[in-house]
Amino acid sequence: MLLLLVVALVAGCGGVDTVDEAAAPEGTENADAEFPVEVLSGPVGGGDEVTIESEPVSIISLSPTATEMLFEVGAGDQVVAVDDQSDYPDEAPRTKLSGYEPNVEAILEYEPDLVIAADDTGDLVANLEKARVPTLLLPAAADLEESYSQLERIGAATGHAEEAEEAVGELRQDIEDALAAAPDATGTTYFHELSTDYYTASGETFIGEVYGLFGLENIADTSKTGDLYPQLNDEFIVEADPDLVFLADSQCCGVKVKDVAKRPGWRQMSAVSDGQVHVVDEDVASRWGPRVVDFVEQVSDILVEREEQLEGSGG
Amino acid sequence: MALDLTGERGGAAAAARARALRRLAARPHLRWTKVGLGAVVCLGAVLVGCLVGPAGLGVRGVLLELVDAVPGVEVDSGMTLTQQAIFWEIRLPRVVLGVLVGAMLAAAGTAYQGVFRNPLADPYLLGISSGAGLGATVGIVAGGGVGPVGIPLLAFVGGLLGVAATYALGSTVGAGRGAVVIVLAGVAVGAFFNAIQNFVQQQYDDSLLSVYSWMLGRLSTDGWSDVVIALPYVVVSCAVILVHRRVLDVMAVGDVEAASLGVDPARVRLVLVVTATLGTAAVVSVSGLIGFVGIVVPHAVRLLFGAAHHTLLPLALLLGAAFLVLADVVARTALAPSEVPIGVVTALVGAPFFLVVLRRHRGTL
Repeated sequence: MLLLLVVALVAGCGGVDTVDEAAAPEGTENADAEFPVEVLSGPVGGGDEVTIESEPVSIISLSPTATEMLFEVGAGDQVVAVDDQSDYPDEAPRTKLSGYEPNVEAILEYEPDLVIAADDTGDLVANLEKARVPTLLLPAAADLEESYSQLERIGAATGHAEEAEEAVGELRQDIEDALAAAPDATGTTYFHELSTDYYTASGETFIGEVYGLFGLENIADTSKTGDLYPQLNDEFIVEADPDLVFLADSQCCGVKVKDVAKRPGWRQMSAVSDGQVHVVDEDVASRWGPRVVDFVEQVSDILVEREEQLEGSGG
Repeated sequence: MALDLTGERGGAAAAARARALRRLAARPHLRWTKVGLGAVVCLGAVLVGCLVGPAGLGVRGVLLELVDAVPGVEVDSGMTLTQQAIFWEIRLPRVVLGVLVGAMLAAAGTAYQGVFRNPLADPYLLGISSGAGLGATVGIVAGGGVGPVGIPLLAFVGGLLGVAATYALGSTVGAGRGAVVIVLAGVAVGAFFNAIQNFVQQQYDDSLLSVYSWMLGRLSTDGWSDVVIALPYVVVSCAVILVHRRVLDVMAVGDVEAASLGVDPARVRLVLVVTATLGTAAVVSVSGLIGFVGIVVPHAVRLLFGAAHHTLLPLALLLGAAFLVLADVVARTALAPSEVPIGVVTALVGAPFFLVVLRRHRGTL
């Protein structure tokens, strides 16, 4: 009898992970048992492991995408400050901290036990390391898988691994549904406008990946420069004659669909004459967070509507 | 003729001044052959600008389209509607804007160099461009509220502030020390204005891309409307500067001598600085900061064709226009379909060209 008990105890100790998952997750001791954790910082395949000793209770996010991810996995209460660009969700504790020009002293004022940023601007990581604050770098994702990985890493780093896994599962499903609902758009060309002087995102960017899921072709991809965010020449855009134009500069710069037709030469563009100029939410489109599904659904809806219109006019 | 532009004292300089005064009294006329050559070069550049671009319009199509535009002549160019739109609404306005901006910057540079009797004066070095840049940035950041007329106006106010600060600093801090002090004052003023501009930009990083692309210079994204905005300022400013070409020759000899010939140097300086600044601000507000044209073109023309303003000014104006039109051809085709900022091209193409001219004429410097 005694021997059996000992065996059971030893087995229990050896398989901490499995026991934890099976056991009631509400116990605080169990949650603590997940820490310390090692989480990958940086891009998948190129980053370093960062050790987080215990469940963080004062997190600072310097990246709007990371902020959205933190709240998505249920770590919102652990966040003490977010940067000036993090405008979603509303309850995020927005501050004047900047992710573009991070000020280490201002960050340390909040006594963070975890900082999440998209870029290592001004040796942010090394400077925070001196103050023994672990920093998780989550740079712009190259594709959806990278984005899912970041969501899971945020879950692991904040003690919400399970919620993160669930969130990723839901995202996968919703995106799949949105893609299935849309018609095959292979060969349909598009121009994604970032600014009124024709800066754009090429097909190699995260935004381009999302359009690519539908089979859409980016007119900037014939660019020889290999620049991910090139500034396109206006003659080129008109000559390329995209079937769809997505305006991601409506919020920032007040560009409206009806303005576009007045641009030099644009009257002749298929997208303009077919009424296929669409405003997209530029915050959603420029972040690789959980709301990417909103962007995918928006593109899906646009393509469905376009298909109906084509069928209607085609007879 | 090689006038002494640095105001240096000495027997040889005095003799040169006396010679120059005699020549001025003889009322020299435009050297029409030289100006005619400049006009031909400018027209040639315009034609190249019309023919070359990222969209393949075909030489024949473009030429026939131009012939078709002559009143009373009707030919079929064979261009599609899209090609016609590209040519008339995008390419041609850019070429025309290039002419306006290039002519204005070169004329303004020549005028500044003349009135300050300073070979280094140019909109950049006098703090005008950075002042105008700050004004325009404030306009861009303020967004639609300011409108197409507001941005040149803000740029003008900024530019005027820049040159006024430079001149005030240069003449109080370094009174009587001449050319170099004014330029150094301009560098300080420029750095100060740039710093404020960077600060404003950082506060409004939403419009960062627009401001960035504007700072590197770019001709026209808005078809004819930019041409329409710039045209009146350029025509008036260039006309006023051209009218003063003889007066500039007189001023080159010295303030006292100019006064003895019935010229009021202070008044001329004020009129020309305000005019050149207004024109510079107007083109800077539509095309962004395009460096190099204002200083290199006048000097190249001076070295090749002489320093007398009655020939120098019209030639600088024509060749400045040609230079910028050709630079824009490179800007829009070199990495097509991407754009290269035209400010990058003017410096990359202009600097080596200028060094070649310098080398050839080192004996006359």
